[in-house]
Amino acid sequence: MTDTAARTAIDRAARHGYRRLVALVAVRTGDISAAEDALAEAFATALRRWPQMGVPQSPEAWLLTVARRAAGKMQRAAATAAGAMPTLDLLSQEAMQMDAPHFPDARLRLMFACAHPAIDRAMRAPMILQTVLGVDAARIARACVMSPSAMGQRLSRAKAKIRAAAIPFRIPDRDEIEDRLDDVLMAVYAAYGLGWDHGDAPPGQADLAAEALFLGQLVADLMPQEPEPRGLLALIQYCEARRAARRDAMGRYMPLAVQDRALWDASLLAAAEVNLKAASRLGRLGRFQTEAAIQSLQVQAEPGKPGDTLVLCALYDVLVSRWPSLAAEVARAAVHGAAHGPARGLQMLDAIAPDRAEAYQPWWAARLEMCLRAGDLAGATTARAQAIARSDDPAVREWLATRA
Amino acid sequence: MQYMIMFREPTEDFAQREHPAHKEAYWGAWGAYIGTLHAAGIVVNGDGLMSPAMATTVRVRDGRTVIEDGPFADVKEQLGGYVVIAVDDLDAAIDWARRAPAALTGSVEVRPVMLPNTLP
Repeated sequence: MTDTAARTAIDRAARHGYRRLVALVAVRTGDISAAEDALAEAFATALRRWPQMGVPQSPEAWLLTVARRAAGKMQRAAATAAGAMPTLDLLSQEAMQMDAPHFPDARLRLMFACAHPAIDRAMRAPMILQTVLGVDAARIARACVMSPSAMGQRLSRAKAKIRAAAIPFRIPDRDEIEDRLDDVLMAVYAAYGLGWDHGDAPPGQADLAAEALFLGQLVADLMPQEPEPRGLLALIQYCEARRAARRDAMGRYMPLAVQDRALWDASLLAAAEVNLKAASRLGRLGRFQTEAAIQSLQVQAEPGKPGDTLVLCALYDVLVSRWPSLAAEVARAAVHGAAHGPARGLQMLDAIAPDRAEAYQPWWAARLEMCLRAGDLAGATTARAQAIARSDDPAVREWLATRA
Repeated sequence: MQYMIMFREPTEDFAQREHPAHKEAYWGAWGAYIGTLHAAGIVVNGDGLMSPAMATTVRVRDGRTVIEDGPFADVKEQLGGYVVIAVDDLDAAIDWARRAPAALTGSVEVRPVMLPNTLP
């Protein structure tokens, strides 16, 4: 066994299994930070031992065993230091949890702990992004328009509360699921959005879009009587189906209207339609079903056309009035501008408070399109510069620069 | 886990305690609630508190003891009592908190009790 083989195996386990392993340990101990420490120790042990003993047959099972042992040791050490821990209670509790029937995925229980109503609402999605999907605090901070240090502190605080207040790692009962589900779905959606905006995963990090798709499927399967998980799954599938068409062969950004439809994933689109229909049959409209319906309409439109613009306007009106968000308001202005002329679109963009709008790239991008269509060259120049300055993606910057 | 459940009652609730027409309903609701807590065998300790009008606030500033009539702040809801319970997790504690009569009229705060083994 060479160092290289061991390192490759460890890299692979870190990339594909790290978050699942953290969830498995945390669900048992109720302490996310301690689970992360335990995993770090397990990986360090693997780095030391695998080059000598060889890569174990199931690397993840090996890491899990070592991490659980480390977590148990840490807990007992803390207990002994305090002198008053009912260690027996803890051990029997652990034993009971080991025998408990396995939940499909420990990550789901971890998600519900992170989205618990006793956690600050603004921190529920970031908590899920970090603890379940392993997105680093700096990346979440950027997505949430917050400083990395503030985000780091608030994440630590939320983890400390889960541990100190003994927030349980369990699936909520039927009568309490609606509120809690909403936050879980929002976080999955946010994770998918990060994966979408930032393209390929940085080395060592799982592909967020694929992870979000997996989690979306998991929640939808677990709650067949809830329409919104299926609506969200459909929404993600519509977006994911078009992934390959987002760039042309030269790597240039391709907006929806000019994408090569041969590159769309037909089976994923069909799955999306099935999920959207299944959701709407349950007869309770929700935010994600509405967004999926918007996608469905755009996908089915004739090539080069935005779809039935009046229906699109109506769907966005519903979205903004019932589930308002900055993204929905900007998109609504864009479709109204396309349907009723740029003056109407600009008027709606101007109606959004500047302190919310001005840091938001899509607001400037929509403004650029409206100004170009209205022949307002001075307005277009400003909007173009602002939109480019707020884009991380070079392909999008290039596209914005050449819009005329 | 031990949690302190703190009952914050609005001024009107404190008035109910001695109101000829309402006191029976007031004490009946509390008696039933506290009785259920005890029957569940989860009570570590607990007390009802006299009205905030009976409170005295004490501060020491620059070595001088400042004593004032009344509770800490003149807010709409004041501590009317507390109970410490031992249950498995926060959800169980919340479930007990939401059944308190004060949850309907005022608010109920749930706080983990700092025990030697839960110190950070």
